Amino acid sequence: MFKILSNHIIAPEIRKIEIYAPEIAKRAKAGQFVVIRVDERGERIPLTLVDWNPNKGSITLVFQEVGVTTKKLGRVKKGKYILDVIGPLGNPTEVKNYGTIVGVGGGVGNACLLPVMREFKRAGNYTVSMIGARTSELLILEDELSEVSDELYIATDDGSRGYKGFVTDLLKRFLERRRPDLVYAVGPTIMMKVVSSITKPYGVKTIVSLNPIMVDGTGMCGACRVIVGGKLRFACIDGPEFDGHQVNFDALMNRLRMYKEEEELALSLLEKSIKR
Amino acid sequence: MVSRRSVPVRKLSLDKRLKTFEEVVLGYTESEALEEAKRCLKCKLEPCSKACPLNIDIAKFVEYIKERRFKKALEVILEKNPFPAITGRVCPQEVLCQRDCTLRKLGDPLAIGKLERFLGDYQIENNIMDLKVPEKVKGKVAIVGSGPAGLMGAVELRKLGYEVTIFEALHEAGGVMVYGIPEFRLPRRVLRFYINYVKKLGVNIVLDSVIGKIFTIEELLRDYDAVLLATGAGTPKFLNIPGEELNGVYSANEFLIRINLMKAYKFPYYDTPIKLGKRIAVVGGGNTAMDVSRIALRLGVEEVIVLYRRTEAEMPARREEVENAKEEGVKFMLLTQPIALIGDENGWVRKVKCIKMKLGKPDASGRRRPIPIPGSEFDVEVDNVVIAIGAEVNKLIQRTTPDLKVDRKGHVIVDEYGRTSIERVYAAGDVVTGAATVIEALAAAKKVAHTIHRDLHGGD
Ligand SMILES: Cc1cc2nc3c(=O)[nH]c(=O)nc-3n(C[C@H](O)[C@H](O)[C@H](O)COP(=O)(O)OP(=O)(O)OC[C@H]3O[C@@H](n4cnc5c(N)ncnc54)[C@H](O)[C@@H]3O)c2cc1C
Ligand SMILES: Cc1cc2nc3c(=O)[nH]c(=O)nc-3n(C[C@H](O)[C@H](O)[C@H](O)COP(=O)(O)OP(=O)(O)OC[C@H]3O[C@@H](n4cnc5c(N)ncnc54)[C@H](O)[C@@H]3O)c2cc1C
Ligand code: SF4
Ligand code: SF4
Ligand code: FES
Repeated sequence: MFKILSNHIIAPEIRKIEIYAPEIAKRAKAGQFVVIRVDERGERIPLTLVDWNPNKGSITLVFQEVGVTTKKLGRVKKGKYILDVIGPLGNPTEVKNYGTIVGVGGGVGNACLLPVMREFKRAGNYTVSMIGARTSELLILEDELSEVSDELYIATDDGSRGYKGFVTDLLKRFLERRRPDLVYAVGPTIMMKVVSSITKPYGVKTIVSLNPIMVDGTGMCGACRVIVGGKLRFACIDGPEFDGHQVNFDALMNRLRMYKEEEELALSLLEKSIKR
Repeated sequence: MVSRRSVPVRKLSLDKRLKTFEEVVLGYTESEALEEAKRCLKCKLEPCSKACPLNIDIAKFVEYIKERRFKKALEVILEKNPFPAITGRVCPQEVLCQRDCTLRKLGDPLAIGKLERFLGDYQIENNIMDLKVPEKVKGKVAIVGSGPAGLMGAVELRKLGYEVTIFEALHEAGGVMVYGIPEFRLPRRVLRFYINYVKKLGVNIVLDSVIGKIFTIEELLRDYDAVLLATGAGTPKFLNIPGEELNGVYSANEFLIRINLMKAYKFPYYDTPIKLGKRIAVVGGGNTAMDVSRIALRLGVEEVIVLYRRTEAEMPARREEVENAKEEGVKFMLLTQPIALIGDENGWVRKVKCIKMKLGKPDASGRRRPIPIPGSEFDVEVDNVVIAIGAEVNKLIQRTTPDLKVDRKGHVIVDEYGRTSIERVYAAGDVVTGAATVIEALAAAKKVAHTIHRDLHGGD
């Protein structure tokens, strides 16, 4: 049982939650995630470790309420418990001094970008963050990201903040003028695909943090398999970060659609039961 | 004159079977057990006991059954094996105790497994638990993994006077017995009884703890006198053919975890879904392939076809389960090897491209090697494919424990007593042997528990 220390809305349908998990807080590293299960009937889902505080014994997650599990998690009040938190899982980001690093985040992926950019900065890199969202209301953790970035660029689809258009357009323009040593992208799969195709002709090393459907998160099921360099790899134990130029994004996007109908059914049932 | 035939065991009726996850094999009643026990010849050389990896004194417990002294009979088993209701159900008896039974010369061997299960069920019904442990604590041992090897190691070490903590990665204890073997073969109440027993013995089971991630082996060695690795072989193998990333394709482990651990058959009451069509192909010929096939039928799949590259004689599954699968309507395409999976425009698998095989000369395993017949390709139309061709060792611990010696396939290398290349670290079960059986994991763990005792205290 894991106690919820706080649970706030930080943007429409996006929440930040703090959980008491002292052993995980002691060992968490940037780029890693946890698998959580809310209740006895709950599904296991992965969420990125956005922050952790070993003194307080807490970990922080940021998630978008898109389906049953994230909605259930959003409803667990401060002081209450969830059943399982397993982690830290996945390989930590390889943090070293590359030189200049461009971090590209989209949507809730901006939260996942934060710990990674923080570590890159700490390792002496020159950090450039590019964050995108549909609209300004959905831009999260801007101040926190700004603190760990030497430069911060913003894009919104509707132009309500920063550049009007996709965050990937910002990257394209940046590459026309400057040559970073590493591009790191985390967010919607399509965004990471576009990032990788933009950086490829420039030969800029590109790391993407993949988000396939997972079950156990420990290498036992293969649900998270992705094709990288023509080979099947398990994102939970071989990743979640991979060389963006090697990833077969279309296969990943296809796999993410597998349970679309079931997810919608489960969600509509949950919403009915909440209304009642 | 003894009967040449075993007392047949009652099974759930076919129509009930295909609708529920209720146990199929119902087990012997008291009178059936008595009648079967009478067949035993009490052979002096006890070939049956020698072939049981735990050397259970079979003739002796059977003798007590004959005398209707069931508690006594149970005690004979418990001296060697704390989990009779499990092994009686899942041991491949036909290649172990029953293989060497003298009665085979006349006809059926004694139904040793069924009699053992009878006593195991008697144990559960009467809540009989042997909870004697020494008072003085001799040391602390950490066990990684709560499958049969981990549980056996815990029981044995507790009885030798050690404090034991089991760390388990999943949110439930039991290893393959909880996430892999379906309820209709091993009811959860049986497993629960024994997990409860292990806890009552004073073993601390810590769930949700992935060793290698939350604690390294090195860290465990600081807090414990010894570490026993019992992490099994849980990483699914794929065929490495085109199309395995398609939707509708499952590894057997994912299929089983969704069903057994996450209860996807109760979706949307439970949150985890599984998505099956009308026709599914299951690739493989082991227990896992049989379990997946029989589950699929229970979930309403109309046609389940097992694709296996050798013949029935080479199938590694327990005989009894192959028979059950056939009875329930599972179809078999033998000497058949998938070479590609083909999807539709929505990225969903629709066809398995296969090639016919023939058997050549025996290979290293002594089984005849299958060879493809050129030009014999054909397609099988499907809505799902489940790949059940075995599992390998999870490499999580090795990756954070560079000193741990493993072989080419990742199996932890141990000496004949179960010691690994790192001092005070031991290993037992599938993590050493590769995917094997419950009873072998139990036997190995028991032996290693005694090695640990010997190494720490010179005991035996
Ligand atoms: C390593 C890893 C880290 C992740 N970190 C975060 C995070 O920090 N914050 C966060 O909000 N999400 C994160 N995700 C995605 C998150 O796991 C999914 O959003 C979650 O499983 C949805 O569960 P649900 O039951 O609420 O919704 P579901 O009912 O499962 O899905 C609802 C909708 O979300 C889509 N969806 C489902 N799974 C995913 C997925 N894995 N990725 C993208 N879309 C999906 C579905 O197509 C559907 O439209 C991460 C995923 C991985 C693999
Ligand atoms: C579907 C199926 C059916 C089977 N049917 C039979 C049968 O009928 N009869 C039979 O005898 N055998 C059968 N087997 C084989 C048998 O189940 C195994 O040989 C046996 O369970 C091995 O025991 P084990 O304790 O070594 O490993 P497992 O049972 O695999 O247990 C290992 C445990 O360790 C945990 N673990 C792994 N890594 C870590 C880590 N890093 N940290 C913490 N915990 C970890 C796992 O989550 C798991 O719970 C079957 C196997 C399968 C898959
Ligand atoms: S434990 Fe298994 S092999 Fe040994 S007697 Fe029982 S059924 Fe036979
Ligand atoms: S070999 Fe068969 S008949 Fe002989 S003692 Fe063993 S079980 Fe009985
Ligand atoms: S999530 Fe199961 S293997 Fe990766």
